Amino acid sequence: MNAGARMKAGARMSAGPRRRDRLRRLLLPAVPFGWLLVFFGLPFLIVLKISLSDPATALPPYTPVLNWDGGVAAWSDFLAALDFENYRTLIADPLYLAAATTSLGVALAATVLLVLVGYPIAYGMARAPKGLQPLLVALMVIPFWTSFLIRIYAWIAILKGDGLLNKALLALGLIARPVEILNTLPAILIGVVYAYLPFMVLPLYAVLERLDRSLIEAARDLGASRLKAFLTVTLPLSAPGLVAGALLCFIPIIGEFIVPDLLGGPDTLMLGRVLWSEFFSNRDWPLAAAVAMLMLVIVAGPVVFFREAEARRLEGPP
Amino acid sequence: MTKRFGTVPAVEAVSLDLAAGEIFCLLGPSGCGKSTLLRMLAGFEAPSAGRILLDGRDLAGVPPHRRPVNMMFQSYALFPHMSVAGNIAYGLKQEGLAKAEIAARTAEMLRLVQLEGLAARRPDRLSGGQRQRVALARALAKRPRVLLLDEPLGALDRSLREATQAELREIQRRLGTTFVVVTHDPGEAMVLADRIGVMDRGRLVQVGSAATLYERPATRYVAGLLGDVNLIEGRLGPGGAGQARILDTPLGPLTGTDHHGAGEAGASAVLALRPERLRLAPGSEGEGDGESLPATLLDATYLGDRILYRARAADGRVLRATAPAGTAPLAPGEAVRLGVPPEAAALVPA
Amino acid sequence: MSTRLHPLALAALALGFAFLYGPILVLVVYSFNASRLVTVWGGFSTRWYASLAADGALVTATLVTLKVAFASASLATVLGTLAALALDRRGRFPGRTLFTGLLVAPMVMPEVIIGLSLLLLFVALGVDRGLWTIVAAHATFTLCFVAVVVQARLATLDRSLLEAAADLGAPPARVFLTVTLPLILPAVIAGFLLAFTLSMDDLVIASFVSGPGATTLPMRLYSQVRLGVSPEINAISTLLIATVSLGVLAASLLTARRG
Repeated sequence: MNAGARMKAGARMSAGPRRRDRLRRLLLPAVPFGWLLVFFGLPFLIVLKISLSDPATALPPYTPVLNWDGGVAAWSDFLAALDFENYRTLIADPLYLAAATTSLGVALAATVLLVLVGYPIAYGMARAPKGLQPLLVALMVIPFWTSFLIRIYAWIAILKGDGLLNKALLALGLIARPVEILNTLPAILIGVVYAYLPFMVLPLYAVLERLDRSLIEAARDLGASRLKAFLTVTLPLSAPGLVAGALLCFIPIIGEFIVPDLLGGPDTLMLGRVLWSEFFSNRDWPLAAAVAMLMLVIVAGPVVFFREAEARRLEGPP
Repeated sequence: MTKRFGTVPAVEAVSLDLAAGEIFCLLGPSGCGKSTLLRMLAGFEAPSAGRILLDGRDLAGVPPHRRPVNMMFQSYALFPHMSVAGNIAYGLKQEGLAKAEIAARTAEMLRLVQLEGLAARRPDRLSGGQRQRVALARALAKRPRVLLLDEPLGALDRSLREATQAELREIQRRLGTTFVVVTHDPGEAMVLADRIGVMDRGRLVQVGSAATLYERPATRYVAGLLGDVNLIEGRLGPGGAGQARILDTPLGPLTGTDHHGAGEAGASAVLALRPERLRLAPGSEGEGDGESLPATLLDATYLGDRILYRARAADGRVLRATAPAGTAPLAPGEAVRLGVPPEAAALVPA
Repeated sequence: MSTRLHPLALAALALGFAFLYGPILVLVVYSFNASRLVTVWGGFSTRWYASLAADGALVTATLVTLKVAFASASLATVLGTLAALALDRRGRFPGRTLFTGLLVAPMVMPEVIIGLSLLLLFVALGVDRGLWTIVAAHATFTLCFVAVVVQARLATLDRSLLEAAADLGAPPARVFLTVTLPLILPAVIAGFLLAFTLSMDDLVIASFVSGPGATTLPMRLYSQVRLGVSPEINAISTLLIATVSLGVLAASLLTARRG
């Protein structure tokens, strides 16, 4: 019995190595977590604070600024100087409400359009010959890696009054005079749908590609028409892809700046652009911060909704 | 030794001694705790209580990379980014051996598993059998005191499995390393093992040679695990472990042997009878030694080396008995007697 | 059932990709237009490409962008990989849910909010704005993408490979270096490239947090784009698109050969 292993019930094992392991487990997240807290968490508290401040012609251009060496008195002065003035402005001035409504409306309409445009493409990709699919995915990904700014810029030459779209329509005799598309709401929708299309198509494709073909065949075998099989099997099973795609499109579109700025003209107000001009043109940092808070509140709703949908899906069938 | 996950004990109060140079098989269904036990030996799970002694040294608390124990994984866990030789040399490199020594030992291992020509190949370019050999060679390269094998043949197809079983035994004999094999396949355990430990719901229910487990099962579960068995329940007569005892069954009193203590007199117990030990005879009259049960033949199945008969006993239950091939076949419907030799009937607790 | 593509699906694909590539194609074609009028074809010419090289501000902006992208992507790769490893451990740690939230939020957060909030942070901390504030800002929002990519790879990593390495005598640090890292390396590289591209592409966040002397290429392009369409912008855009397309194609060929 000299070289055998022996197992016997007896003493409890020591906790030494486990404690070191736990230390490592805590240290590993500490670095990225700390970074995110400082550069992502903390800034939101600052935004909140500044949204309660007043603009000033100073550096930094807001007041009050906390005097860290002033003790309790400085703190109470600081807190007393904070107010909801900027939020009152947001409510009182119809411009901000209009911007919020336009942002939500554009995001909603664009998401619906993205589903209508993206679903057939994703479906076509998933049904394409297996050997062709990697190429199609790459073709879908290349625009995503290409500069957003450039892709939106490319539309200016097309949508302009004397642009290619008008020229083509005129040449085909479909219109008699050039139509103004650039600097309108439809131009924004075209730009947003164009820019976000890969974000809708790729998650949908991922779901549809994994879909078991025999499920559809089973539905057909059980007497469902092509359309019925699609509506009762394919569509419900692609819900996760729809939710993911909608999440990736809807929320960023609410805050979109480049598209409305380049294609929307001076009259279309969206929140991202309002924030930008309050900050850069008017140098009203507190109001810009208040707009950011408003945008956060608007975004929070959909985020919670999508997370719930995701959680419900993970819990299993309804 | 005990292991709990939450409050559920996965392995409970297991106490086990391994002899040097033996092949020990842990046998049981999936979820019985055998893999957890193996992982405790390897150091991937810590026992909630208990000790693991190797040559008198307690291994509890020693991390896996410092244990003189190696494991062959069920999935083989070959590093996909290393060649066959790279995989085998991995453990030797961790020991800090000289390059020449590593090369020599790697070559030796490749020879041992007959993969000399494939040293530079990547694992994904190997067949299942070749991968299995690489995994074995890699685990043996460090010359571990104990080699742990988790379902070593589970991923191979049937024809390959038998040849590999013989090879595994051969390699083990040559090296003299202690092997601990986890398997859910009783046939495999019987072929491979010097001793088998049967696990059931986290407990080690019986340890012994294949013959012991087959002939003298300690529980009903063990009796049913290895091979076919007829089970007849009843009440125990007087007596104790090591004695022949009477079991009062619906078929009348039957005598069996109580090997491990089946219970007190009056307790319910089960008589385990192997089909090949039932003596099948035509006619309705008994022939003397021991009890024999009257029955009616239901059907006969020709199995090549033997014939399997199913017969209905007096209380309606179906018993199975086999006769060597070549004996005169009996016709269904015929009245027969099934002789029960007491030494071949094991009494186990119900 | 036939494996042929349904005509409707084929039409959807054709129209979809025409929609995606049409505008890009127009832009590329007109970058070779001899005429300064963007919508009038005046013959083939490469004159706008020649004039790019002479545009000193553009060259400077490109260099700044590459510097920022390299530094921020490197930082994001380290932080993002650490984050993925931290979340991958089976063990829980306090604040794990918060951490996951913090990691996902920057990916869907509107850029204007990230830009503004980071700027306000830098002002509150009294940090001088410039190249390094852009690097920090970009690392913050791109590390999340790196973490997602690496985590996806880690999730499919066979745990028994790590156990096998430990079993063969490798201490935890060496298991990481010899097994985990080589196996997740493709994902780490992909994460780096993603972070690099996102950084190079960013206009909004950089506009908020940059300071004097740190003008990135998108910022420079944006100020020109606001003035209208010009053949020079078409030319530089074509160069950028060509670079990215070649990169993506090379990457997909590389992964295809390996798989």
